[in-house]
Amino acid sequence: MFVRDMRNEARQPPAAVDAALTERGIGHRGAYVYDAPVRLWHWVNAAAILMLALTGYLIGTGTPAMSGQASGNFLFGYIRLAHFSAGYVLSVGFVLRIYSALIGNRHAAQIFCVPLWRGCFWHEVHQEIRRYGFLAVEPDRSVGHNPLAQLAMFLMFTQTITFMIVTGFALYGQGAGSDSWQDRLFGWVFSIWPNSQDVHTWHHLGLWVILVFVLVHIYAVIREDIMSRRSISSMISGEREFRD
Amino acid sequence: MSGATETLYSVIRRQGITRRSFHKFCSLTAASLGLGSLAASTIADALETKPRVPVIWLHGLECTCCSESFIRSAHPLIKDTLLSMISLDYDDTIMAAAGEQAEAILEEARAKYKGKYVLAVEGNPPLKQGGMFCIDGGKPFVEKLRSMAEESMAIIAWGTCASWGCVQAAKPNPTGAAPIDQVIKNKPIIKVPGCPPIAEVMSGLVTFITTFGKLPELDRQGRPKMFYSERIHDKCYRRSHFDAGQFVEEWDDECARKGYCLYKMGCKGPTTYNACSALRWNGGVSFPIQSGHGCLSCSEDGFWDKGSFYDRLTTIKQFGIEKNADQIGMAAAGVVGLTVAAHAAVTAVKRLTNKPDRTARPSKRN
Repeated sequence: MFVRDMRNEARQPPAAVDAALTERGIGHRGAYVYDAPVRLWHWVNAAAILMLALTGYLIGTGTPAMSGQASGNFLFGYIRLAHFSAGYVLSVGFVLRIYSALIGNRHAAQIFCVPLWRGCFWHEVHQEIRRYGFLAVEPDRSVGHNPLAQLAMFLMFTQTITFMIVTGFALYGQGAGSDSWQDRLFGWVFSIWPNSQDVHTWHHLGLWVILVFVLVHIYAVIREDIMSRRSISSMISGEREFRD
Repeated sequence: MSGATETLYSVIRRQGITRRSFHKFCSLTAASLGLGSLAASTIADALETKPRVPVIWLHGLECTCCSESFIRSAHPLIKDTLLSMISLDYDDTIMAAAGEQAEAILEEARAKYKGKYVLAVEGNPPLKQGGMFCIDGGKPFVEKLRSMAEESMAIIAWGTCASWGCVQAAKPNPTGAAPIDQVIKNKPIIKVPGCPPIAEVMSGLVTFITTFGKLPELDRQGRPKMFYSERIHDKCYRRSHFDAGQFVEEWDDECARKGYCLYKMGCKGPTTYNACSALRWNGGVSFPIQSGHGCLSCSEDGFWDKGSFYDRLTTIKQFGIEKNADQIGMAAAGVVGLTVAAHAAVTAVKRLTNKPDRTARPSKRN
């Protein structure tokens, strides 16, 4: 029921959007897409990911040797501290984001709930792939994510971040000790991969999945802004304009 | 075979060990198990009154390094006592009997101590071809293991072979060697991984079982918590260099001479649960990292199959290529980056060629 509403309304034509939005006082052809909690989360999340990726890469490869006594340096310790802190920010943000998906508008739930079982969804994904394959020219009129973007978000972002949070806390639990809450909650990861080196490897691969996602994400956003003339500012102001 | 009613204390006294030495051993063991000072007298009391635990020690596919380690327990007394502490009724490597005589002892011990003996297994059984890759006493070892496990109280899986599979189970594992817990499902199994395990870990575990008549607390993976609850990294004496960001870059460089952290040389300390950095080896003399070499992670699952011993990143073979996570990730990011650039180029070309189409529509920019 909820999903059907989401699908139907997310793809409504701009005219219908206009009609719905005159009540909100948005005069021009636009729509209020992302509510404030989602926007705030997006940017906090982006900053946390940037921090996690940089510090994570350094943790994986090591830093150039520091001179002086060990007692006078704490570089790697600080890098790890930054990684763990950003990890906490990301995790708390993700939990709040799930909460906002439950109580927020229909767009807030898009990255968590993908109607994979619906034929029309796959039809639209197909249309979208044709569009990206230069086989169709009509511009994208989705108010929120288009179905292909939604699928990519779900597969590459939502799932990867969930995986990174789970494996991240499991690895953190190794340092925190076997009686820590991190180990109690996430230690089951080591029942799947008994050797934590494997968990390190998968966690490391996750970084690259996120990086690839970021590449595609930023490209698609800029391209859509130009090609479909939909404003990218929807993640700043919350409103998406259709400028044609 | 009159050992069933004998206590450890009576045995070692007969061997000429003093009561003073006996108490020293008890204190030492209590300390190494992380028990309080009162535990020493509990241990002494138990060893003086409780009958010795019968142990049957089997050898499957293995290299005997566990036995070698075990008989080298640091304290001289331990070496003497351990073989007396437990009633080691059968161990085909170090027992005097051989051939049919030895097999007769095994059957006898199995019947005599039914449900009371501890089955210590060193090595593991190969399962392919009906277990024909390891024949012991004319039968596949896996059959012997199954029949001995049936009547045992508990099983100690000595070493990485019995716990995880070790080198004989490394890819492609031609003999189908499998760790004990994949063969025996209905008995408590204590995993004591390590290649070999530290002597004091082995003797400490046996002392615990003898003293308290029960199995120690095990972690999620079936290892005794008292020895395997922390990583090498957690108690490593070079940890301060790790936190400081001081790493050895090359063997024999200035940093190696200064004793910096071996993280970048592929030390597996951060992913290895063992007691090396706390108990050390050969009577507390040293351990690999102290000798200037990274940890190989010998007590972890599948440590042979994780690529080079000198790399932090595991070699990933799932995609038919031998690359690590960074190489795969960079390649993927490169391919996607190029695709994005190409797509952008095609988009631009299409847009230019479609220009008449677009100019026909009134421009509504802003």
